[in-house]
Amino acid sequence: MTTPAPPAREAAWRDPMSALRRVRRTVINRIVLGACYLAAGIVVLPLALILWHLIDKGRQAFSVGFFVHMPKPVGEPGGGMANAVVGTLIVVGGAALIALPLGIMAGIYLAEYGRDRGASTVRYVADVLSGVPSIVVGVVAYGLIVVPMGRFSAIAGSVALAILMLPTIIRSTEEMVRLVPQSYRHGALALGAPRWKVMLQVVLPAARAGIVTAAMLAVARAAGETAPLLFTALGNRFWSVHLDQPIATLPVFIYDYARAPYDDWNRQAWTGALVLVLIVTVISGILRLTVRRVRS
Amino acid sequence: MKQTADESRVLPQRSVGTRGFSLDHVYRALLVGAAGLVFVVVALIVYEVVRGALPSIRAIGWGFLVRTEWDPVQDHFGALPYLYGTLVSSFLALLMAVPLGIGSAVYLAELAGRRLSAIVSFVMELLAAIPSIVFGIWGLFVLAPFLRTLVEPWLSHHLGFLPLFRGYPFGIGMLNAGIVLAIMVLPTIVSISREVLMATPRTLREASLALGATRAESIGVTLDAARPGILGAIILALGRALGETMAVTMVIGNTNRISLSLLDPGATMSSIIANEFTEATTDIYLSALIQIALVLFVLTLVVNALARGLVLVTTGGRRDVAGAA
Repeated sequence: MTTPAPPAREAAWRDPMSALRRVRRTVINRIVLGACYLAAGIVVLPLALILWHLIDKGRQAFSVGFFVHMPKPVGEPGGGMANAVVGTLIVVGGAALIALPLGIMAGIYLAEYGRDRGASTVRYVADVLSGVPSIVVGVVAYGLIVVPMGRFSAIAGSVALAILMLPTIIRSTEEMVRLVPQSYRHGALALGAPRWKVMLQVVLPAARAGIVTAAMLAVARAAGETAPLLFTALGNRFWSVHLDQPIATLPVFIYDYARAPYDDWNRQAWTGALVLVLIVTVISGILRLTVRRVRS
Repeated sequence: MKQTADESRVLPQRSVGTRGFSLDHVYRALLVGAAGLVFVVVALIVYEVVRGALPSIRAIGWGFLVRTEWDPVQDHFGALPYLYGTLVSSFLALLMAVPLGIGSAVYLAELAGRRLSAIVSFVMELLAAIPSIVFGIWGLFVLAPFLRTLVEPWLSHHLGFLPLFRGYPFGIGMLNAGIVLAIMVLPTIVSISREVLMATPRTLREASLALGATRAESIGVTLDAARPGILGAIILALGRALGETMAVTMVIGNTNRISLSLLDPGATMSSIIANEFTEATTDIYLSALIQIALVLFVLTLVVNALARGLVLVTTGGRRDVAGAA
């Protein structure tokens, strides 16, 4: 915080008004800068509070049993959400299987051929897609898959999540592929390689680390989504790994247990939330670190 | 296959030594197909929401938006309380998040040392990665008791003469939803505003400081230059707040009424869909809910288009910045 212009000090005795103005400006300067520091401090606070409560309340019901046991009926203590953990992995895995190949291919198209109008329209539409509220995507997946199938199903949940992942994957793939130097392509093409081979064997390996990181981030984000699963995957109190049946997922499980009027269930909801955050942040964080190491 | 001038400069359209058919055609067709699928997905979303909402639009019309009663038993559907709840909770969130967000963005872009800046940026990234259900459970079990026992009694005691703060302290309600939403949209505002501020030319800063401006005055100049981009960040945050579902559903109280008081429970468009979609017993009931989804979709579409335009204008089309959202 430097205050400028020492010459004003000499002029002060000659012109009291300018001295006053200088004091005023200094005070305002201090207030504005102070407000900025304060704002940054306040902004960090909620995260600290949320993480602290999450760990504090989440650890109470946290145990190995939580991952291997099934939910118990009301009143019986204990029980876990093994089915919801597995269900989340299945639904999110299915979504990634759908969204990753399509998203990566669309991203490659934008990076390699994306200079014409068609491509910029694709970009715009992908941006539009990323702005669609997740609950609306849920409604759409319900109408497109649940209604024709006649029942709620894991696959409907996967499709809903895939739609949500798609824009992020497309955009980050485009950026990563673009970062690969043109000379790589030129060299490979000059050696007579067809373009698809150049892409598969030269460009993609060079961009792999970045694409994997960004894609996993998209997948991790989708794993935390609840709204689109409410009326697609629905939820299930029992063990199910069938794609065409309703399936339990962690976010929906947390939602149900948090709203229930039983303390025991509420505790389990907190633990579920802790597990969900661990899945979402730690896995993507670890992945990012390993990818970085591989690259260097 | 037609070549665009730009492309042929960079890469040959066909690989060396191939004539006629080659796998490259398949390769390109696959890529184009995948990119085209994005259109299909958006078209399907529009088609499905409009188709689903059609029976309700026919039966109720757009008076839907100004009617207040919601009585599925008698097929009376009015979405005004939900529209009101969505707009008010989002507006409340921006009221809190915008000053804090811009202040922190200025701190990050202009004042902070590299290490502190890295820490705050990391916190923002983490905050953005936390699932909304976790904000919901926090709002329900931590924030609500805090508001109920401390904040809201104080507000209604000291500021109860304002209709805004009149009423019984429930803990859950519009105020809680506003606070939770504010926390959730902060990362959007902070990270984009920061990028936009950093994208303004250094010379602006240097020139203003050289002319004898204080740091605050120099920041004012930079903020002025970054204004459209920051506005874009705010509107993008608004789009996110409007569509947010789970956290709001858990803390807003879900009652179908319009109350001026921030202490009272309410409901939003997304919360009514989340709550009642699987319980909708009649076709017209379901269709009314989908019509709400349609309104929400159009609202966020307009808001997002506006925001992206503004961000692109200030960052000169740097897609990474606009894409940060």
